Amino acid sequence: MKRLLALLLTLTLSTPALAAETLTVYSGRNEKLVGPLLKKFTEKSGIEVKVRYGETPQLAATLLEEGDKTPADVFFAQDAGALGALANAGHLQALPKETLDKVDARFRSPAGLWVGTSGRARVVAYSTKKVKPEALPKSILEFTDPKWKGKLGWAPTNASFQAFVTALRLLKGDDAARKWLEGVKANDPRVYKNNAAVIEALGRGEIEAGFVNHYYLYAAKKTQPGLAVANHFVAAGDPGALVNVAGVAVLKNTKKADAARKFAAFLLEQDAQAYFSQETYEYPLVTGVKTADALPALSKVGSPDLDLSKLDDLRGTVKLLQDTGVL
Amino acid sequence: MTRRAPGWLWGAGVAVAALALLPAVYLGVRAAEADASTWALLLRDRTWGLLWRTLGLAVAVTGCAAVVALPLAWLTTRTDLPGRRVWTVLLCVPLAVPTFVGGYVLLATFGTGGVLEEPLTRWGLPVPPVYGFPGALLALTVSTYPYLFLALRSGLLSQDPAWLEGARSLGLSPTRAFWKVTAPLLRPSFVSGALLVGLYVLSDFGAVALLQYDAFSRAIYVQYEGAYDRTYAALLGLALVAVTAAVLLLEVRLRGRAGYHRSAKGAARAFTPVPLGRWRVPALLACGVVVMVGVVLPVGVLLYWGARGLAGEGDGVLASALGSVLASVLGAVASVLCALPLAFLAVRYPSRLTSMLERASYAGYALPPIVLALSLVFLGVQALSFLYGTLAMLVLAYVVRFLPQAVGTVRSTLLQLNPHLTEAASSLGLSPPAVFRRVTAPLLRPGLLAGAALVFLTAMKELPATLLLAPIGFQTLATQVWSATAEGRFAEAALPALVLMAVSALGVGLLVSQEGETPRG
Repeated sequence: MKRLLALLLTLTLSTPALAAETLTVYSGRNEKLVGPLLKKFTEKSGIEVKVRYGETPQLAATLLEEGDKTPADVFFAQDAGALGALANAGHLQALPKETLDKVDARFRSPAGLWVGTSGRARVVAYSTKKVKPEALPKSILEFTDPKWKGKLGWAPTNASFQAFVTALRLLKGDDAARKWLEGVKANDPRVYKNNAAVIEALGRGEIEAGFVNHYYLYAAKKTQPGLAVANHFVAAGDPGALVNVAGVAVLKNTKKADAARKFAAFLLEQDAQAYFSQETYEYPLVTGVKTADALPALSKVGSPDLDLSKLDDLRGTVKLLQDTGVL
Repeated sequence: MTRRAPGWLWGAGVAVAALALLPAVYLGVRAAEADASTWALLLRDRTWGLLWRTLGLAVAVTGCAAVVALPLAWLTTRTDLPGRRVWTVLLCVPLAVPTFVGGYVLLATFGTGGVLEEPLTRWGLPVPPVYGFPGALLALTVSTYPYLFLALRSGLLSQDPAWLEGARSLGLSPTRAFWKVTAPLLRPSFVSGALLVGLYVLSDFGAVALLQYDAFSRAIYVQYEGAYDRTYAALLGLALVAVTAAVLLLEVRLRGRAGYHRSAKGAARAFTPVPLGRWRVPALLACGVVVMVGVVLPVGVLLYWGARGLAGEGDGVLASALGSVLASVLGAVASVLCALPLAFLAVRYPSRLTSMLERASYAGYALPPIVLALSLVFLGVQALSFLYGTLAMLVLAYVVRFLPQAVGTVRSTLLQLNPHLTEAASSLGLSPPAVFRRVTAPLLRPGLLAGAALVFLTAMKELPATLLLAPIGFQTLATQVWSATAEGRFAEAALPALVLMAVSALGVGLLVSQEGETPRG
């Protein structure tokens, strides 16, 4: 019994091993998706990676709370807004130019504090049983039409939806964003917890169309090939065609800046980019890597011209969502 | 009883209460950053609307949970119901079902396109409204009635049969005797269980989010999730702490000040089980319906997910199961140990101060878990950096979160225990630790085990604190389920979720088998 207690005590109190080349990564990206990729990084570089997995916003809040004392060296986030929030709070350090330059200027921090690693497009997913594709509007703004009453679904608490509303505010102004939110709300949309739940609801036939990110459909089709749901891309340049990014940043107070930069560079190598494209159906951001066959080319999606680091202005968006009663 | 409590007991009680108040302190620190416009946001009409909706749900769920739990607790402790122990274990399992699984079960069964839609429409019946209040009520009742069930069981098990026999010998019918004797004596157990249910509803996020019921905790989540706005979230959190305080004040009135122990000497005997006779079938049916909704349906949905593609997903489940059990058992033991000084102070040395200490333990319980997790991140980084990132930090988080579950059951059992017994033991020359070990602990056993079972079951499915505070790389079944479902990969969640339910059932089974059918005291 005493031995067991001693063992438990050592287990509970033992601090993590302090190997020289161990990188601590906070990953808002899912373990099932990026776990194998991080293993490849260790094989290639000899640098061990310890990962704390969590929801991107919760990890961002944790990093803000930990401040300068964070054990993290790298933040691998699912959304540019979270990276922007940390950059604004002064917790990130600049990445090397050669890493930044691999990615189109639209998909990285203008101050060089983070870089996008893969693209995720906003789409309108629809039930192929209930809606004909030609009945779907070219612009997201037309979903305020009363003919969509009772047929829509959205996930307004979800970070990717809020990033889209922020983009809408930046592109068309606060008044237009308010009008859109009020218009859609007047159509009594069903409220879901996240994108995956919207896709499931479309599959059940509970709604006819929903605002989601493009790759959730392909994840769902892996286990339900017969799912009667498809993606509709709105016209290029429309706010509804926003391409947000998952991205990586190096924490300011890391003692392992070199290893951390190697990690960031690794995510932009051809292999890693191909991995995102083929395994997660996201858009590779480095030129020369093939997009998944099921997807239209990134250039065709035509993300509106927007500085993604401005997507960190979520405070204004949440206030608007609250004022309109969406949240 | 006006004796003064020994210093070490005070010390232990104050230390535990201080620990439990940490999240509130953290919220105070963050809220101090609020400016006038943030306060204005808090005081607008919407906040009151949220508050009423949330309180209404909490009251409704508590009422429904009581209606379910009381008969089941009585059937499994006082009657000759066949398979009492198995029923007891099965009836506890819903506590370990992650909320989103529960919510999904409802949608997949009753929702549009669900299993029941086609047969219902064929019979010309309306599809029941699963979204909003009815769905949230049903989902939360199913996932919280075990709090009351376990509390009432330990109350029923530690009652003295002499009281009931006395009432019967005075000519009361069994029903009248139950309402005149058994039920009033259950009041402390009932109140402590109801408190756990009601306050849990205040903190719940998973079910209300899935079933689209706009509640207070959802508003708090939105601030952290979307806006990284820790100040406004802290104000909302403090409002929730204030609501908890109000509920606890109400509880004082309900609880009363009576003692519930026997004063006569003589050994208590076991209850003679009530023969159910022709009520046996309806009783079995009632247990069956609850187990059907709370256990069989979720397992069915998980198997359906699993059937969509389970190939080669077994890796890591064993390690996760070990991680879950290790963290939950440590959390359960630590919570019960921390609960003891608070319960002893409040019951044996009742005063305004001791009851305030005991109530302090509830401060973190009604907060959404993410708030608590972030407050412990703050504490860990600022003050306990040597613990930060270790398993001890996670166990600490479980204690702060689940302490009330242990305090409530230990307290209500202690109320039924005659202090003269321990006084006699010490007058016979036993040292205080020996008195505790040889007299108090054995008599408290049903309460200690019920408390440990509650904490164990709830800790098994805990997510936000586990994600943020566990040692990096430490896997539990809950984190594994989460990691599979976050991207909509439901098939991969099925196996760890089923193992989670099985391991939980096993754990409760072990505890129930230790319970002993013979009440003493």
